[in-house]
This record gives sequence, structure tokens and C-alpha cells, in this order.
Amino acid sequence: MRDITVSAAPPPPALADKLKFYGIWVGVALILLLLPKILSSGGSLTTFSLIGISIIFALSYNILLGQTGMLSFGHAVYYGLGGFLAIHAINFIVGHKFPIPLPLVPMIGGATGLFFAALIGWVSTQRSGTAFAMISLGLAELVASSALILRSFFGGEAGVSANRTKLLKVFDWNFGPQIQIYYLVAAWTLVAVIAMYALTRTPLGRMCNAVRDNPERVQFVGYDPHVIRYLAFCFAGFFAGIAGALAAINFEIANSAYLGAVQSGTVLFAAYIGGIGFFIGPIVGAIFVTFLSLGLSDVTPVWQLYFGLFFIAVVMFAPGGITGLLMMHRPLLKGGTMLRVLPSYAVALLPTLAMVIGLMLAIESTVHYTVNPSENPHIRAFGIPFNAASPLTWAAALALIVVGFALARLSWRRVGHAWDEALTTARQNGVAA
Amino acid sequence: MLELIVISTLNGVLYGMLLFLMASGLTVIFSMLGVLNFAHASFYMLGAFFGFQISRWVGFWPALLIAPLLAGAIGAAVERYGLRRVHKNGHVAELLFTFGLAFAIEEIVQIIWGKSPVDFRVPPLLDFPAFTIFSTNYPAFKMFMLLVSVAIFLGLLLALKKTRIGLIVQAALTHPHMVGHLGHNVGRIFMLVFGVGTALAAVAGVIAGPALVTQSNMAGLLGPILFVVVVVGGLGSLPGAFIASLLIGLLQTFAVSMNASLAGLLGPLSPDLAQSWLSDIWNVTIAQIAPIMPYLLLVLVLIFRPMGLLGTRDT
Repeated sequence: MRDITVSAAPPPPALADKLKFYGIWVGVALILLLLPKILSSGGSLTTFSLIGISIIFALSYNILLGQTGMLSFGHAVYYGLGGFLAIHAINFIVGHKFPIPLPLVPMIGGATGLFFAALIGWVSTQRSGTAFAMISLGLAELVASSALILRSFFGGEAGVSANRTKLLKVFDWNFGPQIQIYYLVAAWTLVAVIAMYALTRTPLGRMCNAVRDNPERVQFVGYDPHVIRYLAFCFAGFFAGIAGALAAINFEIANSAYLGAVQSGTVLFAAYIGGIGFFIGPIVGAIFVTFLSLGLSDVTPVWQLYFGLFFIAVVMFAPGGITGLLMMHRPLLKGGTMLRVLPSYAVALLPTLAMVIGLMLAIESTVHYTVNPSENPHIRAFGIPFNAASPLTWAAALALIVVGFALARLSWRRVGHAWDEALTTARQNGVAA
Repeated sequence: MLELIVISTLNGVLYGMLLFLMASGLTVIFSMLGVLNFAHASFYMLGAFFGFQISRWVGFWPALLIAPLLAGAIGAAVERYGLRRVHKNGHVAELLFTFGLAFAIEEIVQIIWGKSPVDFRVPPLLDFPAFTIFSTNYPAFKMFMLLVSVAIFLGLLLALKKTRIGLIVQAALTHPHMVGHLGHNVGRIFMLVFGVGTALAAVAGVIAGPALVTQSNMAGLLGPILFVVVVVGGLGSLPGAFIASLLIGLLQTFAVSMNASLAGLLGPLSPDLAQSWLSDIWNVTIAQIAPIMPYLLLVLVLIFRPMGLLGTRDT
């Protein structure tokens, strides 16, 4: 009995740990503040704003998937509704000349997300697991199709637009230039990230994890898993609404694509690719996916296919996502055996890269033949020119794929062995994995 | 009015049987493997496009056989080399794998056949009106669709109830581990069931392709409705899926043919409502909300019977 009470109340953190913890947040705030000084072009400011919005959205999604174990295919509903209400709110405030400044408008989006999550969530969180996933998909379709029917509120295909500069000014900022929008998004991102991190440390956050891991046990202890799932769902909806409102402010328009399946899929991709097992995972994923979608769409017309294939590869080979892969190496680093696996990584990387290049070559050549067969076969993909019509290209692609695949299988098996050895040694060195 | 009822019932039953052709495979796969195949509708789409391409080369009738076999082979390969690998990462990873697969298949179909609808025609042999009913010509191809889906339904019923493999599949629905303990190669059964399930979806694609629109978004349009069917019927229940398929088929077909709206019904009582902000809800006709009918049904079922019509297991 004494043991339990002792382990239930950890000692207060040491001063060094506290400094480290708050130092991280202060550091992030400083980086956000100084980022536009370093990269001040309009394009990078827009990218940063998009990343910030995407971070809030992905983190709110992870309240569901990562922390409570609810796979949702319709999270964009709350994002989109938050966006629409924000746009309508801006128009309403401007029309009635209310003294409400723009930085408060995301709160309206958040409240909208919370309201609809509270409304829809009670029904959908009655089930968990696969049934919840299907229900979220059905409800998302319901809202997305309704948006096209209720034209006067959702504006049909064209959407609803607003002018963000006409609201009450704060410190002479009218939020016209992108730099001011960047700071608005950055501030909200910081606040939302801190709030969502704090949420994971509350008793509710802990109970969410318990519901994810063992709902039966939770019921046994005396909690209702449905209520806990519902509360988590409401919080997720709230933060998604904030993200949607920020997106609407950024683009000054809200249309039905905000609520759609593509948006729901994108946030799922971002959170999962980043890694749902760690708080920082969705942040990494949001940054990565935003850069990927902006960067890939410039170099190839079929970037979405690469995106999908990449997602499948992550699900198959790295279910922990990017952060999961990195965190895997922590025991090795602590045990000092990291250097043993690096050579085998280098060996495995070569055939894997060859296989990927072969696949890309095959895809790009096929795309040339099916999308625009009449054009010049000397095409460029990823900035590299090659002849899609020459048999040499096809032979090279085939050889790269086949040989690369065979060698990659062999070399990754060797990575596995080297990994096991390194981990065993690291454990012997006295580091708990 | 009678004409409308007869024609809508025929069309509704036809649509429902098509849905069941897919939902049956989806349900059996879910019960056995524990994973809801998000890409199931994509195999329906693959069936339609394979059918289109093969019928261009060798005609419709060989396509009706080859396209499902091809799609079924792809499905079996997906189970063997994809899902089985992902299985150790848990159910979420499995579902996400099929989600990514659905995404990739849609992209690949778009690359090969483009985004606009392809010209998948009804075979000339069946391109005539089967019968005339109250001045409406009912096409023979639709009767053929109905015939094929009913035949497959009966065949499936017989195979499940009367054959040895059907018995094993039935046993594996509820007690997959016990079936494994009894010495059956559960892995091979899973692969077989996945292949047959996706092949059935592809059959639905081949016969629906000429009647509906064969386009790269057809999986995205039908997929959600398919999941509504299995959730409304009760996850893992074949009879439930059958009832839900017919229910949704009839519901949607009847809704499309109804032109009533709140304004038409109650309009004279308060004409000024048509101008207010409620005008959208006031003026919308039942035909216009037909696409969201299945989802409304889903919400109703969830409120009053969360486990689905005939569902028992809470997974």
C-alpha cells in the first residue's frame, strides 16, 4: 500500500528540469518572433502561416487519434464550420460596427467547433474503434453534402468571403499585410499548442489515454468511457475550430472544400506521418506535409500519388511516424552504440534509394504516356530531363526497381541484425530501453 | 403514381442488390480479419475500369469474367503482402493502410484513364427495352444487372450454408482463433476471402459501369454509403447488411423521385418564410436531399440503436 502512494505522487521536479521545460517554450516563442526577420519574403510568410494553422489542426486531431484512440475521418467538419462562422462573424462585426478586433475572431471559430462537436459528438462517440471511424465518415459526408444544399449560409460552390482589414484596429494594425497575419497565426499557434499540451497533463488527459489503452478497465474503475471520449471530442472540435477560423482569416474566404473529405484526409496524413505516439509528432507532421505538398506540386503533376504511396510506406514500415523513428534511437544514443547501426543504414540506403528512383522514373514515364502522349517525350521530372520514349529509360527503371528491391530486402535484414545487437549491448551498458 | 412506385421499387431493389454485392464482401472481410476495408469501393471502381478496358479489347462478356478475376487477384495480393504485414501494428494501422490504398488507387486510375467519365457502353446484345410498363421503357441491361446480383446472392448463400469452405468461413466469422486451432490454414482462408470479396465488388463495378457513370470519383461517391450500409446493418452481420442495402437502395431511389418540399406542403400558411434565412430549408425538395438520406438514416439508427439493426458485437 505504501508503495502505491509513493509512486502515485512523484517528487516535485528539480529546478534544472523546470528551467529546461519553460526554456523550451520561451525558445519556441523567440523563434516564432524572429522567424520573419530571417526569412521575410511574402512566400515564406504565407508558408509559415499555413504551417501554423496546420499545426493547430493536426494537434487537435491527435487529441482524438493519438491520445484517446479514436480514428476520425471527419475532423474537417469542425475546422470548416469554424472557418465559416469566423467569416460570417467578420462580416457581421463589420456590418454592425462592433468594437471586436480581429485577433478575437478565432475564439468564435473555436466556440463554433466546440458547439458542433458537442452536438454531433454525443451520438458518434457512443461507439469506439472501427464503428466510430465509419460514423465519423458518414457524419462528415452528411455535413459536407448539406453545405452544398444550404446555399445562403455556405455560399454554394463559390463560398463566402470577407474583408479582414475593416475591423477594429489593435495598435494600428489592420491585418492587411501578410506579416501581421503571420504574427496573429503564430501567437494563436503558441497559445493553442501550450493549451493542448496542458490538456494532456490534466486528469482528463490521463483518462483519455486510459480509455485508449483499456476502456473496459476504465469502466471498472468507475468512469464512463463514452463521456471521456465525448469530452476529448469536444476539445478536439474546439481547437479544430480555431484552426479553421485562422485559415479563413488567412485566405479571407471559406468554401465547402474546408469541410470536405480531402481536408479530413490531409490532417490524418499529417498527424500519422509525424507520429501519433508523441505530443510533438503532429507538429513535425504538419510542417513536413505542408512543405511536401507545396514543394512536390511544383515539380510533378502527380504529387498526390507520391503522397499516398509515401503514406502507405509509413503505415507499413514506420507505424510510429517520423518522431517514432527518431525516438527509437534514444536507447542506442544513451547506450553509446549508435555508431554500430549507422554503417548498415548507409548500406541499406543505397539500394532503397535506387528502388525509389526506379519507381519514380516508371511513374513519370507512364504519366507522360497517359496524360499527354502527343507532347515531346523529352520530359523533366524533379528538374531532371529524360526521354520517356526511349527503351533505355524503361529498362533502367525496371532494373533499378528489381535490383534495388532485391538488395534492399537483404540489406534491411542486416540492419535488423545490427540493430538487435546494438540494442542488446546498449541494455548491457545499463540503460533501460 | 402507381407507375412511379413500380419503377422506383425496381430501381431501388436493383441499387440495393448492387450495394449488397459490395457490402457482403466488406462484411465477411470485416468479421474475419477485423479490419474494415476502406479500399473496398476502390475495387468496385477498378472492376468498372478493368471492365471498360477489357470490353474494348475483347468484348463485354469476357470482361465480365476477367475483370473481377483480375481485381480479385489484386485484392488477394494486397491481403498477402500488405495487410498481413501491417497486422502486427494494430487495427488502426490496418484501417489506415486501406485508406492510403484507396487514395493511391484513385490517383492511379486518374493517371491512366483521366478525370472525366469514360465511354463504357451497354453491350449491344442487351441494348433494348425489356418491357414497357405504364409507358416507361425498362432497359434490359438493368434486368440483367438485377439477375446477376440475385444469382450471385443465391450462389453466395448456397456456398456459405452448404459447402465445407462456407462452413469454415462461417466458423471463422465468430471464432477465428478456434478455426486456426483446428488446423485450418487461416492465412490462406483470409487471402481467399479477401480475394473473393474484392472480386464481388469488381463484379458490381463491371455491371454497374455501363448503367451508371464510370469515372475516377465513383469510389469516393459510393464508399461512404457502403460504410453506412454496414454500420446501419450492424458491423459483421450479413443479414443486417442485406436489409440495410435494400433499405438504403429503396430510400434513395424513392427520395430522388419525390418533388415535395416544406414550401410546397406548408407554403400557403406562411409565405414570408420563403424569403427569410430559412429559405434553403424551406424550399429544398426531397429529391435534392436524396444524396444525404443514407447519412440521416445513419444518425437516426445511431441514436435509437447504436449497435446497428442486427448487430450484436460492440467492436
